Amino acid sequence: MYNFLNDLARFNFLQYALVTGVLASVACGIIGTYVVVRRISFIADGIAHSVLAGMGSALFFRTVHGWEWVSPLYGAVAAALVTAIIIGVVSLWTKEREDTIIGALWAVGMAVGILFIARTPGYSTDLMSYLFGNILLVTEHDLWLMAGLDLLVVVAGVLFYNRFLAVCFDDEFARVAGLRVEVFYLALLCLTALTVVVLVTVVGIVMVIALLTLPVAIAGFFSRSLWQMMALSAMLSMVFTTAGLVVSYEPNYPTGATTIMICAVAYLVVVIGEGLRKRGRG
Amino acid sequence: MSDPVIIMEDLSFSYDGHLVLEDVNLAIHEQELVSFVGPNGGGKTTLLKLMLGLLHPTKGTVRIFGKRPQDARPLIGYMPQHAHLDPQFPVSVMDVVLMGRLGLTRPFGPYTKADRIAAEEALRTLHVWDLRRKHFSALSGGQRQRVLIARALAPNPRLLLLDEPTAGLDVAIEGEFYELIRGFARKMTVVLVSHDLGFVSQLVHKVVCVKRSVVTHATSDITGEIISRVYGSEMKMVLHDRSNGGDIFKCITS
Repeated sequence: MYNFLNDLARFNFLQYALVTGVLASVACGIIGTYVVVRRISFIADGIAHSVLAGMGSALFFRTVHGWEWVSPLYGAVAAALVTAIIIGVVSLWTKEREDTIIGALWAVGMAVGILFIARTPGYSTDLMSYLFGNILLVTEHDLWLMAGLDLLVVVAGVLFYNRFLAVCFDDEFARVAGLRVEVFYLALLCLTALTVVVLVTVVGIVMVIALLTLPVAIAGFFSRSLWQMMALSAMLSMVFTTAGLVVSYEPNYPTGATTIMICAVAYLVVVIGEGLRKRGRG
Repeated sequence: MSDPVIIMEDLSFSYDGHLVLEDVNLAIHEQELVSFVGPNGGGKTTLLKLMLGLLHPTKGTVRIFGKRPQDARPLIGYMPQHAHLDPQFPVSVMDVVLMGRLGLTRPFGPYTKADRIAAEEALRTLHVWDLRRKHFSALSGGQRQRVLIARALAPNPRLLLLDEPTAGLDVAIEGEFYELIRGFARKMTVVLVSHDLGFVSQLVHKVVCVKRSVVTHATSDITGEIISRVYGSEMKMVLHDRSNGGDIFKCITS
């Protein structure tokens, strides 16, 4: 702990990592709550995996073709948004099975990403960091981009709170009440996509879903309304990402995996605690 | 008589090639209190959804206040069946009722003072103002029905569409419910779906029997023959009482 604080004062990368965790937590609390109550975590996970296509291709074009301006994070944003819109359009306007499409996009996104990365010299460390997180590799430029995404997600999520709430709770009624349900559903998927991109940086593609849903699940036990759930899960998520960073730093554990384990343990403790409390009462 | 609130002309509706409604002709007028009755799967809810523009007729037309249904939505209050709602969803009663104001409130940000006043009025009308801070999922079935009716009333509609408002309702409070619905009908046109003919025949002016085709009866014209035609042999009439000045039918499934 002492070493961590000492290094935090000295090293930019550690400060960036800490700020990244906090930024990610805010988006995570707000959008994660919508994802959990609307039960679209499978969609969020599909989007997360498709992100590899964007990161892989961006890396390829940058390394092999010298397109310096293409950051993997831009690729991730593009891939996530395209996937979100395809899933949204399929589920709103076609009679295809939604879960089949999600599964396909999930796997194809991974495949495209892996092919590009395999053709990029020196690929293996990049692939590992995309899959399992690279919070210690965040640059100042990444940080600004993430702050921008975060701002967008938070402003939209808060400004249209009532509308997203209605679309998540009872979309048929929302339509009758005069809401453009398709617009709000697509917007929600796009916000989910942007949040996923921010989270991928923190815990990696494979583990995004846990960070997006577990803090919300814990908050669900103690919240009576959606906004309480958002505030509480954002705070929990800040605690978990920071703790993940602190705990993993000295023994040099993978930060993403450590963060997820902390989330999981906290969730388990709360579930068991609540179970015992209910049994004790009844 | 004034122009009809709801007109359906030569309307048919098929779902996945399966004919649900056929050659429906229907006119419902201002301040009428009408019930759709018929067996499950007979097309009652489908008929409501066609009126809301949630479904579109395969053939024929629907006009609500002379407009296309989707354009008439600001004038309609709608209570769906609550079975499709997620019982774990964290939302308070007040927030549920405020959803009725979505089409009238400002395009973003919190609800306005006017929205809250309308929601309060609706909650008080349904005698559930005390429950406003409760979790929607913590309510009993009957309380949920009231909250969803309050949500339908919140936009101060001119046409109220209620899908199975009596489902899961305690028999003891049925009488109170009659009074509530009669009260609505003094201010607006009310259409309710019910498979409980006993409930509606004491209440409504007009019964629309829905079983693929549609036949409209004045309540006083309902006979045992009509009931068995609509429900088939499963239904039988067990009580025939003229004490309320009108005919009362209690129907049970055998």
